Amino acid sequence: MSGTSTSKRPFVFTADNKVLAEAAITHYPADRSRSAVMPLLDIAQRQNRGWVSHEIVEYVAEYLDMPVIRVLEVATFYSMYNLKPVAKNFVQICRTTPCWLRGSDDLVKAFRDFAGCGIGETSTDGAFTMIEVECLGACCNSPMVQINDDYYEDLTPERFTKILRTLKEGKTPDPGPQSTRSGSEPVGGLTSLTSVGGDD
Amino acid sequence: MPKLTIDGVEVDAPDGATVLQACQLAGKEVPHFCFHERLSVAGNCRMCLVEMERAPKPIASCAMPAGEGMVITTDSDTVRQARRGVMEFLLINHPLDCPICDQGGECDLQDQAVAYGGDRTRYEENKRAVTDKSMGPLVNTVMTRCIHCTRCVRFTTEIAGVSEIGMLGRGEHAEISSYLERSLTSELSANIIDLCPVGALTSKPYAFAARPWELKKAESVDVLDAVGASIRVDARGASVLRVVPRLHENVNEEWISDKTRFACDGLRRQRLDQPYVRRGEKLEPATWDEAFGAIGERIAASDGKRIAAIAGDLCDGESMLALKDLMGKLGSPHLDCRQDGAKVDANVRASYLLNSSIAGLETADAVLLIGTDPRREAPLVNLRLRRAWLEGGAEIGVVGPARDLNYPVTALGAGTDTLTALKDGKIAFLETLKNAERPALILGMGALARSDGAAILAVAREIADLTGMISADWNGFNVLHTAAARVGGLDLGIVPGAGGKDVPSILDAATNGEMDIVYLLGADEIDMSRFGDAFVVYQGHHGDAGAHRADVILPGAAYTEKHGTYVNTEGRVQLGRPAVPPVGEAKEDWKILRALSDVLGHKLPYDTLGDVRSAMVAANPVFDEIDIVSKAEWAPFGTAGALGEAAFELPIDDFYLTDPISRASVTMAACSRELSGGTEKGTGTNG
Ligand code: SF4
Ligand code: FES
Ligand code: FES
Repeated sequence: MSGTSTSKRPFVFTADNKVLAEAAITHYPADRSRSAVMPLLDIAQRQNRGWVSHEIVEYVAEYLDMPVIRVLEVATFYSMYNLKPVAKNFVQICRTTPCWLRGSDDLVKAFRDFAGCGIGETSTDGAFTMIEVECLGACCNSPMVQINDDYYEDLTPERFTKILRTLKEGKTPDPGPQSTRSGSEPVGGLTSLTSVGGDD
Repeated sequence: MPKLTIDGVEVDAPDGATVLQACQLAGKEVPHFCFHERLSVAGNCRMCLVEMERAPKPIASCAMPAGEGMVITTDSDTVRQARRGVMEFLLINHPLDCPICDQGGECDLQDQAVAYGGDRTRYEENKRAVTDKSMGPLVNTVMTRCIHCTRCVRFTTEIAGVSEIGMLGRGEHAEISSYLERSLTSELSANIIDLCPVGALTSKPYAFAARPWELKKAESVDVLDAVGASIRVDARGASVLRVVPRLHENVNEEWISDKTRFACDGLRRQRLDQPYVRRGEKLEPATWDEAFGAIGERIAASDGKRIAAIAGDLCDGESMLALKDLMGKLGSPHLDCRQDGAKVDANVRASYLLNSSIAGLETADAVLLIGTDPRREAPLVNLRLRRAWLEGGAEIGVVGPARDLNYPVTALGAGTDTLTALKDGKIAFLETLKNAERPALILGMGALARSDGAAILAVAREIADLTGMISADWNGFNVLHTAAARVGGLDLGIVPGAGGKDVPSILDAATNGEMDIVYLLGADEIDMSRFGDAFVVYQGHHGDAGAHRADVILPGAAYTEKHGTYVNTEGRVQLGRPAVPPVGEAKEDWKILRALSDVLGHKLPYDTLGDVRSAMVAANPVFDEIDIVSKAEWAPFGTAGALGEAAFELPIDDFYLTDPISRASVTMAACSRELSGGTEKGTGTNG
């Protein structure tokens, strides 16, 4: 883990996040409130522009009255906690076999052409960070990436570049399959269950 | 009691045992790394695989509870092949650096690789390398060697009570580290060196010092606190290179404190290796004859009533008895083994023992600590109290300064007024004690080593009686000593005779010029400036406070250099054995006193160690019962009286520097610099 918090002020939950945190704690038995460590880290990560600093680890430890090393163990175990600062647009590209067979390498190249950086790097303009992840469970719409909380599926280098361009303009492109199909329907149109509640 | 069949042999396993323990009971060795009987089960190394009937594949025996009717095979081809597979995986990322590894020769991985390791590797990729972590002045790390058994994590969390190490990351990237590589703050931290089955955690002070097979080993007991942990002293030539624990279920289990383990480098520094006699301002080297002559002259010119003797904290019983006998012959009643002025009563043994026994403290369900900080005074007692809290839910109340003891306590108040209020039922904790099945109190030197100590002792006794601490099978009245010599001294009656003075009065008398000669037997923890013009003889092994003030120095032997009898705080008589000879011209202490008595014309009646030991048994039969704790009779003790106002002050501020040996130790000095006073900061969450 490197880097310290970007802000000089010590980390504390905002009023809204405090409400969320307290709600998360109530999901566990009163004497097991430490179980809330994962939701709390997530809330804190969102508040801290997408990454968990040492300050946050210590804050959450104090919040839940648990040893700080135990919180750090959790934060380092799960890949969804970022332990280094990330850009506003955090791109997680799936390169597991199905996505790879369907062209994830081309997406990495497209990203490099557009943002000027590769896997594990942040673009010089600070707009994009890309990391590689394992299968995100959307193989039937491969290749795909996750950007912040959204999935973008059925990508081609062109569609991906268009998404990146839209993001750079500060807008949010529509998530989901970028092809014409809806969800993970067959690409060539429906072959069965063609009508809802139909007679056939 | 489940009955299992292990390799065709039927065994009854105790309830709650694991299959691995059942196999051990059947005399079958099951290789293992992560399993440790004093730690929780992790089940992550997979080395302990055995076959179980009707199970489709080998099972991890350490994580499988022994069940009725299980049929286990520990040495089939399948089992051997499975273990070979596990070993191959473990060795994939383990460096081949045994020749430069301190664990070599006492490494579980090395030993088991002999049985299950391949002689060539099938792995051609790069091995993983992990950066070493800093864990403080005692524990050296070579993290590439770690096999992620998590014994170190479990020990610090469960036994030591400091959650400071963890496993960060996962899979290929898992690494053991303390938070931000901070130093471990536990007084028991170095036990992880013994626990680590590989060379990932090794001893920093002992790094590259010796190979285990070069060492001469002596089984002895520790004297740096009053617990008397069983230790093995490993020496090469004339120097003690390391101290490691021996198993003693009732005392130290298999742990020792960091001071016990690492103060041994102090045995090589600041040693008194020949007699000295003060000539003018300077202490000058002298022969034994000259030194004895100088003492003889002064004693001849004095009178027994003006001679006093004080026995220090590290003294063995033999030398204390010789000192007492010599003082008797010189006609001096001024004899004391209580340097700190503790008002313990030598007449009633139950009044100065840890009567519950160290192991027994685990079963206490409510404990009152009075003027004591067991974490720094006796870390091995503290871990029993921690277990009483952790496993038995014991409630622990503290009268006196409440430091962080690694378990939650209720701070009741600062001093004697709290104690009185408690006795009078004005503090609810009295009810807790009354309602407990096995209530106990621990009276520390912070409460006894003060002028009103005898009255405090009486109040403590009252509380013990009031709350039902004494019954047929339980005595919850405990005194926790800080000096290894103390109980032995009291058992031998090293206290003022009729009309004799105790330590504070001896000091007063010396200051006022009423004492001609003071004989210090390893006594260093007193204010030396108070001896005035008295002639001070110092017999001991280190050039510490006593030697600096002395007029004659007689070089004695440290605990690793002599046969000695010590009685621990629970009244257990134990024998220390020499690992190396005394340095230079130094001699075993009782022999020095015996030789001196001859010069003084009062020859003591023993010539051999056996003779002295018989004399000790004659003085007190407890010395006949080695390693046995016999129940001490409950009898009246303590003197009711006025209690002072002052709050209790704890006897130990710096765990690492408490006696001449640890004060001479470079390692202990480093620990003190890095950890003492830093304790609070180290465990905080605001770094
Ligand atoms: S450092 Fe040693 S004890 Fe700790 S996990 Fe690694 S191998 Fe086990
Ligand atoms: S392989 Fe990419 S989502 Fe499953
Ligand atoms: S000893 Fe059983 S898994 Fe490690």
